[in-house]
Amino acid sequence: MLLQVDKATTSKFLLRRRTTSEKLVDISFKNFVVTMASMVAIILFSIFAVVYYESTESISRYGLRFLFSSAWNPVTDEYGAFTAIYGTLFTSIASLLIAIPLGVGTAIFITENIIPKYIRDLIGIMVELLAAIPSVVLGLWAVFIMEPFIRPFLNMVHEIFGFIPFFGTEPLGAGMMPAILILVVMILPIITSISKDSLNQVPSNLRQAAYGIGATRWTTIFKVIIPAAISGITGGVLLALGRAMGETMAVTMIIGNSNNFSWSIFAPSYTISSMLANQFGEADGSQVSSLMYAALILMILTLMVNVFAQWIVKKLSLKYQ
Amino acid sequence: MDYNSKKALTYNPSLTRNIGNKALTIISALFAIISVLPLILVISYVLIKGGSYINFETLILEPEPPGDDLLSAGGIGPAITGTFIMTFIASIISIPVGVGGGIYLAEYSKSGRFAKFVRFGSNVLAGVPSIIAGVFIYAIIVSTKILFGSMFSGIAGGISLSILMLPTIIKTTDEALKLVPDNLRKAALGIGASKFTMICNVTLPAAFSSISTGIILGLARAAGETAPLIFTALFSRYYITSFDDLFYEMGSLSVLIYNFALEPYESQNQLAWAASFILVVILLSLNILSRWINRLDAFSKNKV
Repeated sequence: MLLQVDKATTSKFLLRRRTTSEKLVDISFKNFVVTMASMVAIILFSIFAVVYYESTESISRYGLRFLFSSAWNPVTDEYGAFTAIYGTLFTSIASLLIAIPLGVGTAIFITENIIPKYIRDLIGIMVELLAAIPSVVLGLWAVFIMEPFIRPFLNMVHEIFGFIPFFGTEPLGAGMMPAILILVVMILPIITSISKDSLNQVPSNLRQAAYGIGATRWTTIFKVIIPAAISGITGGVLLALGRAMGETMAVTMIIGNSNNFSWSIFAPSYTISSMLANQFGEADGSQVSSLMYAALILMILTLMVNVFAQWIVKKLSLKYQ
Repeated sequence: MDYNSKKALTYNPSLTRNIGNKALTIISALFAIISVLPLILVISYVLIKGGSYINFETLILEPEPPGDDLLSAGGIGPAITGTFIMTFIASIISIPVGVGGGIYLAEYSKSGRFAKFVRFGSNVLAGVPSIIAGVFIYAIIVSTKILFGSMFSGIAGGISLSILMLPTIIKTTDEALKLVPDNLRKAALGIGASKFTMICNVTLPAAFSSISTGIILGLARAAGETAPLIFTALFSRYYITSFDDLFYEMGSLSVLIYNFALEPYESQNQLAWAASFILVVILLSLNILSRWINRLDAFSKNKV
């Protein structure tokens, strides 16, 4: 009975093979997405290749001496990037040291139930919006508003602690300290939002267990919550370090762009990226190649930080799963 | 139960641990206030100071050469159109590449060695300083004059911005597609859809709002970038009038801010503030738009 269906119905439900054009579309779509995915690899490789190729002249001429000399003289064709490398490392690490307690503290504050949730959410959103402000606008603000405001305070520090080489010169406007402060503003949202996410992911069982055996809120935070979230926090901190090292515009506008090496944090200085922004446009000949060498160093530095960040997130997060 | 053991169980604010606890809470609240302060200060300065220089003429006029006319510096019109054009060029390059790459990662090779490498590569690319993107495009496009003999051009600027947008788009596409339940894929393949049909009609629509959030955030990042433009697109004071103008220097809001902030003339500085007002308003509305799409999406998913 069941098998006696009329011909129209059977032909309607027959299995059909895919047509050639359908297969063609399918295969070419796959090839298309594979090509697009390989574009990422191609771009990354070619960035390294191009920057390396352009800097070969300087690399062969100066070698590692480039890293330890602070000469930068287009007239005599003598180049060394020590000031810029020192400036890059010093500004980024100093800003990180200020931003870590602020960022992680804020993240803890907005993940704990100290104040009502909508205020905490509002603070979270505001910190994230800070990340949306372009660095050139922060630079503008730093030049016209922040730097004149903090100069008296820096002067005070210079007068009291001027005998220490770090505060040895008089703050006269642009310099390393304002650059460090604007870097803090720029990396704070990264540290805060990543720490917030990883603190939120800590299972509430851990907290309840700690409270149950009589731990206070902050004992729980320091002994249980932070250790459980440390992989994400460290990853965020390293990401912020990478961002601080590569940050260009705000720093270029406020650091004073001087290649004279000084221990003082009030003196004008350079970072690799501000040196590139400042000189690349007008450079020619071996100066371009030296700038490319500096760019290569910057890329290697940020690459190391980023790879280390990805590695540490993997390494530490396995421990707590 | 005697009185003393009961007392031990009640909260005693004078205990060292309770004082320490309070102190740390206050410190963390202070840190939160300090973290929010720069946003409030920057936003209010940009909106009030920048907004006060905004009028119809500022929005449409071309900027005057610095020092030419001390009373009026013209406007920021060409910079606004330039920012839009270069962001548009960047997005027509990076959206297909980013979404295509994300589709490959999530749909074709979830954990293959090449996919792992591409994921790692896009993370590394996201960490490449933006100025390096500018240096790279300068070396391969501007200095080689590969674009029909033109050197600094809006197109070169757009291409360098696309390098910065790419990692964001590829990552959000990958993650959005990974969140689409596998049942949908199996159901589509089970009724005989080809993989292409499945991706186009089932998984992409399901992940559409998250992907568009990623694209909008990428756009916002590209529109605010300065470093890759200062030696690829350079700056121009003029509106573009024909298609050919895309192959010449092009102004943008961010480069205008950078150039005019460092000019010694008051009127130029005012234009820089006006330009940052426009730029911040554009970027904040893009960010709020992306949040809104996300929320709308979560709402509609909860309903289902």
